[in-house]
Amino acid sequence: MQVSATYNYQVVRQFTVMTVVWGIVGMLVGVIIAAQLIWPELNLSEYLSYGRLRPLHTNAVIFAFGGCSLFATSYYAVQRTCHTPLFAPGLAAFTFWGWQLVIVLAAITLPMGMTQGKEYAELEWPIDILITLVWVSYAVVFFGTLIKRKTPHIYVANWFFGAFILTVAVLHLVNSAAMPVFSSPIWKSYSAYAGVQDAMVQWWYGHNAVGFFLTAGFLGMMYYFVPKQAGRPVYSYRLSVVHFWALIFTYMWAGPHHLHYTALPDWTQSLGMIFSLILLAPSWGGMINGVMTMSGAWHKLRDDPILKFMITSLSFYGMSTFEGPMMAIKTVNALSHYTDWTVGHVHSGALGWVAMVAIGCTYYMLPRLYGKQEMHSMRLVNIHFWVATIGVVLYIASMWIAGVMQGLMWRATNADGTLTYAFVESVKATYPFYMVRLLGGSLFLSGMLLMAYNSYKTIVGGRAYNAPVLAPAMAAAH
Amino acid sequence: MSDFVSGFWNIYITAISLISILFCVLLLWSQSTHKSTGGVQTTGHVWDEDLEEYSNPMPNWWRWLFYLTVIYSLVYLAVYPGLGSYKGSFGWTSTNAYDAEQKQAERDYGPIFEKYRAMDIHAVAASTEGKEMGQRLFMTYCAQCHGSDARGANGFPNLTDKDWLWGGTAAQIKESVALGRDAMMPAKGLKPDLNGEQITDLANHVRSLSGLANDATRAKRGKELFTTACAACHGPEGKGTVGLAPNLSDGSWLYGSAESSIVETITKGRSNRMPAFGEFLGEAKVHLLTAYVVSLGGAMADNSVSPAPTDTAAAPSAAPAEAAAGK
Repeated sequence: MQVSATYNYQVVRQFTVMTVVWGIVGMLVGVIIAAQLIWPELNLSEYLSYGRLRPLHTNAVIFAFGGCSLFATSYYAVQRTCHTPLFAPGLAAFTFWGWQLVIVLAAITLPMGMTQGKEYAELEWPIDILITLVWVSYAVVFFGTLIKRKTPHIYVANWFFGAFILTVAVLHLVNSAAMPVFSSPIWKSYSAYAGVQDAMVQWWYGHNAVGFFLTAGFLGMMYYFVPKQAGRPVYSYRLSVVHFWALIFTYMWAGPHHLHYTALPDWTQSLGMIFSLILLAPSWGGMINGVMTMSGAWHKLRDDPILKFMITSLSFYGMSTFEGPMMAIKTVNALSHYTDWTVGHVHSGALGWVAMVAIGCTYYMLPRLYGKQEMHSMRLVNIHFWVATIGVVLYIASMWIAGVMQGLMWRATNADGTLTYAFVESVKATYPFYMVRLLGGSLFLSGMLLMAYNSYKTIVGGRAYNAPVLAPAMAAAH
Repeated sequence: MSDFVSGFWNIYITAISLISILFCVLLLWSQSTHKSTGGVQTTGHVWDEDLEEYSNPMPNWWRWLFYLTVIYSLVYLAVYPGLGSYKGSFGWTSTNAYDAEQKQAERDYGPIFEKYRAMDIHAVAASTEGKEMGQRLFMTYCAQCHGSDARGANGFPNLTDKDWLWGGTAAQIKESVALGRDAMMPAKGLKPDLNGEQITDLANHVRSLSGLANDATRAKRGKELFTTACAACHGPEGKGTVGLAPNLSDGSWLYGSAESSIVETITKGRSNRMPAFGEFLGEAKVHLLTAYVVSLGGAMADNSVSPAPTDTAAAPSAAPAEAAAGK
């Protein structure tokens, strides 16, 4: 037993701190573009116009905030559940600096208007190559650590992290395939696909970015941190097995539901719809396993704000994974598509599920990474929880109402078949809901600022700490 | 169907779809046979001091939810297209559904529009219902550019005044709606060697035509340049020609009257287009739209087809090529 060896917490610390930083940046940009929809005067220059800030917001929140959180939690969980420090620590350090460089380049190029024009894959080819290098390094570190493990079995959290890392590699390589122009401007490229094939590849990528980056990866987080924080075993191993394989298998098919009623062939739309429906049960498997892990420990929810974040995130996860298959049904989609309902759905997942669970895990890890028992102020964590929860509820409720209203206004017709409302009337009717959304988003951002203060006080009050590598426990009674 | 380049892909799609669904069922079934033997047990594996897993069975309601979605999906694939080129027992296609809805709409609404198509445009414009129907169409198809009050915007003509670039009789307006209009003012007119100073001189002369403030010395030089560079289309006095070049002396400006706007127009030229709506909307709707525009009050009487270039107030007809001219 290597008594003196410690886990590699250095890279975990770096990613954890940047999770908080990028969370604030990404959500601030979100608040700005929400305000621009109410006050178009806020489009101050072409660099700060809605069209350029919106991809900056999505990239910052998904890949900077969510990405840093995934790196931090997966590095933390994989070494602890494998009872061995990270494989290839130099490569792990490269993933940190490489990923930060990707984010900074995104923050520079997107406002300058350099884009491939693919949603959630806007970054141009030189940055795509850098992403590929970072991602391959990530896979080497993660799977190398798994191979080095001192336990006979691989913990369920690592199945999900592993699936997320592998699939995102495939998604990124296939969707970003492009031909650079190789003349001025050198960074410009055109997609390898054309027409409806391009749209299908884009949404195969887009939906699986949600399915693997924002779902499988975050379920990995859930499977490590919820049982840890609750101090209870995972509810059902069998459920883990079934919902893991069914989830990663079925998600692959669901992309076409983003292209209902388009030039996509009917058979592709049908397959996208039915596999989205089949996806409901596998998605809920993760929620059940997380929430039921609390059985016997529900009283802990009363005074543990970190558990509150985690369990609330699972509730939002359950809601949005019910809503998703429902919106994939063509008849429902005919109403919801292109409206703010979609925006509400996405944020129910992104704020309610992804951000809430990432925040909970960050509050779990941060004190441990700085040799402390808990955060500087658990009272502030509790306030953060309530501010964030109210923010999410205001955000998604306003967008649900706005979306259904827009859908109904757009399809309303007069006795002569003409449209009852001009498009601009639906925009005007949406203003009050945009205000509520802005309020909800601002609340969520304020919560992040509380978190930044609390994290700062925790870090300056402690010092970098690397926990010793533990020997695997003897198998318990079977 | 032409969705597939060969018969292989049809079989491939069908097989892989069904195998995938079957895989879900087998996976679920294979893990369902185990019954809990009472008492809560863990799997016996421990990670990181205290991470364990119970070997609870899957909740029954969840298993049945899973099976139900699979059953629904198989039924859906039997009746709707999904398995390769298999058409589904309903024979449904999105193209047929669209055509059927279009036909139904034609049956439901066609007669309402036909009634107005047979009427004279001015009669339609005078009828409350006809005017309202036209307005509703306008709000859907025209308001994006011409504004919901039809007063236009920079680059988009005002339809409520008496300034008509392509003629303002009901017939001419209908032609504009049905066939669209393309207009182009060439950069620097007929004198491609105009320099910046000369363009500013021209702009001052153009402003003087409608009595706007200008530098008299520049305007005087500009007037001489106007004869060679602009007069061929806009006329020696800048009163324009319907369908060719706008009247520059009537105080109506499509791109703004500021010296800087006029300089930009002369320097870069202007190019503009009113899209054709005839094929898209059909004769009846174009008829109603025209009646609505006529009802706004700016249209000219049918007998005033020929413009009277000498009288700008009464004959705004002299205001061609909306897009064109750098007005």
